[in-house]
Amino acid sequence: MSVLVYTESENTKFKKNAFETASYAYSVAKALGTEVTAVSFNMADNAILGTYGVSKVLKISDDSLKTFNAKAYATAIAQAVKKEDAKVIIVSSSTDSKFLAALLTGKLGAGYVPNVVAAPDSTSPMVVKRTVFSNKGYAHTEINSDIKIIGVSNNAFGLHENKTALSEENFTPSLNESDFSAKSVKVDKVAGKVTIADADIVVSAGRGLKGPENWGMIEELANVLGAATACSKPVSDMGWRPHSEHVGQTGKPVAANLYIAIGISGAIQHLAGVSSSKVKVVINTDPEAPFFKAADYGIVGDAFEVVPKLTEKLKEFKAQNA
Amino acid sequence: MKILVSISNVPHTTSKINFTADNTLIDTTGVQFVINPNDEFGLTRAMWFKEKQGASVHVATVGTVSVEPTMRKALAIGADEATRVNAEPTDGYFVAKQLADVVKNGGYDLIIAGRESIDYNGGMVPGIMAALLNMNFVNTCISLEVEGDKATAIREIDGGKETIATSLPLVIGGQKGLVEESDLRIPNMRGIMMARQKKLNVIEPVAATQATSDKKFDKPAPKGAVKLIEAENIGALIDLLHNEAKVI
Ligand SMILES: Cc1cc2nc3c(=O)[nH]c(=O)nc-3n(C[C@H](O)[C@H](O)[C@H](O)COP(=O)(O)OP(=O)(O)OC[C@H]3O[C@@H](n4cnc5c(N)ncnc54)[C@H](O)[C@@H]3O)c2cc1C
Ligand SMILES: Nc1ncnc2c1ncn2[C@@H]1O[C@H](COP(=O)(O)O)[C@@H](O)[C@H]1O
Repeated sequence: MSVLVYTESENTKFKKNAFETASYAYSVAKALGTEVTAVSFNMADNAILGTYGVSKVLKISDDSLKTFNAKAYATAIAQAVKKEDAKVIIVSSSTDSKFLAALLTGKLGAGYVPNVVAAPDSTSPMVVKRTVFSNKGYAHTEINSDIKIIGVSNNAFGLHENKTALSEENFTPSLNESDFSAKSVKVDKVAGKVTIADADIVVSAGRGLKGPENWGMIEELANVLGAATACSKPVSDMGWRPHSEHVGQTGKPVAANLYIAIGISGAIQHLAGVSSSKVKVVINTDPEAPFFKAADYGIVGDAFEVVPKLTEKLKEFKAQNA
Repeated sequence: MKILVSISNVPHTTSKINFTADNTLIDTTGVQFVINPNDEFGLTRAMWFKEKQGASVHVATVGTVSVEPTMRKALAIGADEATRVNAEPTDGYFVAKQLADVVKNGGYDLIIAGRESIDYNGGMVPGIMAALLNMNFVNTCISLEVEGDKATAIREIDGGKETIATSLPLVIGGQKGLVEESDLRIPNMRGIMMARQKKLNVIEPVAATQATSDKKFDKPAPKGAVKLIEAENIGALIDLLHNEAKVI
C-alpha cells in the first residue's frame, strides 16, 4: 500500500502544484507509515520529485498522452492505483485535476474530497478540512470508502522539502480507442503567460477601469510582479477580457498568495471566489467599496494615477532586490 | 435528442452562511434557495436545443420535498418534465449514482450538469456520473453544439480554452459561457401556470454507498481591519508587502 500522487506537468515541466501535492502526499504517507508513489506523464527528468518526499515514480511515456486527456489519464492512473494497491490518491485543484479526479472517483468507486486546505485532521478515520459555500465556511469531512481521493487547494499546504531516495520505473498503461473518445482538436492559450491557477500573485481589475483599452497598465503591473491577470464578471461579460480571466463564484477560483483588486467593488459573488487568497490589496476611488472590508491593505485613489506609480516603484524595488 | 438537466438546489449567491449551534449542519433560516447558477446556464442551453433542434428536456434533482419550488421554476423556464429522487443529497458519489439510474431508465442522450454546485463546491457529480454510465464527458464546458450524434464542446482550461470533438451519449459540466448572461430567462406568468400542469415524478433512491460525510463545519476567522496607505505614499505599500506580509 502506498499513497499515490498525480504530478501535473506541461511541456515536460512539472507545475508548481505537482510539488505541493507531493508535499501533501508525503505528510499523509508519513502519518500512515507508508511511502509516496508519483505518476508522471511524458517527463524525462523526474529527479526533483525526490526533493518533495516521493520514493518512487511511475513514468508514463506515451505520445498519445502528450496533451492532457481526462479520460485516458484517468484510465492510466486507475491502473497505477491497482498496480500499487494505493488507498489514498492526492491530486491538485487545477481545472485538469478536477476534471480527471471526478472520473477517477467514478471508476474506482472512491470517496473524493476536493478543495482541501490542510493536512488531514486524522488519518484513521480519514478526516480532512475543506472549503465549502464558496469560501464562506469549512467542513471537516470524513472519507469512508476503501480508496480515498484528496484534492488539495492551491497554495494552501505549501511546498515542503523532504529529501527522499527516488526510484524510477517505466509504466505502460493499457489504453484503447474508447479512452480517446473525447479528442482535443484545438487549444487557444496565450503562450508563456502565467495562468491564474499557477500564479503566486494575481492582478485583477474591474469595471472601474472604464474600458478594455485601459488594460495596458494592468498587464504592465502584472509583468513586473510575474503575476497572472484576472477580471470581474461584468468585464468578461462585456468582452473587455476573455472568459478565462473571470474570477469569482461563477468564474475561476483564486487562491493566490497576493491578490490585487483594482477598480473592483467587492460584490459578495466576487469575494466568494477570491477570498481564500492570503493577502488582498484593494485600489478603489470609493472608500465605501465593500472590498475594503475584506482586504488587508488598501489605497483609496484613482487607479489611473495609482497603478502606474505602483508599477514604477515596484520596478525600482525589483532592481534593488534582484 | 433526449436531454436531462441535473439541477442542484443551492443558497442564493448573496446568502450569508451560518451553521447550527452544534456546527453540524447549515442553518437554513432565512436562506433563499435557487437553481445552481451553473445549472441555470445549462438549462438555458437545453432550451435552445429544444427550440432549435426539437430536443426534449427533462430535469432531475436529488433532494427532499423542500427542493420542489426550485424544480417548479425549472419547469416554468420550459423543461418538459421533472424527476425528484427523494433523498438528502449528502455525498457526491451517492448523488451521481442516483442520477445515473435516472439516466439509464430514461434513455437520455445528453446530460447537462453544472461544473460545480455553489454550496459544497464538489465539482464531481457529472464526472462520476459519466464514469458510472461509461459516457463521454467534458467538464468546465463553455460552448456546446450537437449535430446528429457528433458533439463539439469548448472547455475552459487554465489560461485559455480547448475545443473537444466527441459524440453522444455525453455528460457535460457546464458553466457561464454556455449561453450569454442576457439569454437567462425569468419565468413568466404563462410559464408558471404551465409548470403546474407538468409532471413532477418522485422516485425513491437506489442503494448506494455514502463515500463521505461532513462531521463538523466552521467559519473563517474574522478579518482584521484593512490598513490604508496614502496614494502619495506607494513606497509604504511595497514595504508592507515585502516586510510584513512577505508576499513580494
Ligand atoms: C449569480 C451571480 C453570480 C455572480 N458571479 C460573479 C463572479 O463570479 N465574479 C464577479 O466578479 N462577479 C460576479 N457577479 C457579479 C457581482 O454581483 C458584481 O456585479 C460584480 O462583481 C461587479 O464587478 P465590478 O466590481 O468590476 O464592477 P462595479 O461593481 O461596477 O465596481 C466598480 C468599482 O470600481 C471603482 N472605480 C471606479 N472608477 C475607479 C477608478 N478610476 N479607480 C479605482 N476604482 C474605480 C468604483 O468605486 C467601484 O467600486 C455575480 C452576480 C450574480 C447575480
Ligand atoms: N442533489 C443534486 N441533484 C441533482 N443534480 C445535482 C445534485 N448535486 C449536484 N448535481 C449536479 O452536479 C453538478 C455539480 O455538482 P457538485 O458535484 O455537487 O459540485 C451540479 O451543477 C448539478 O448539475
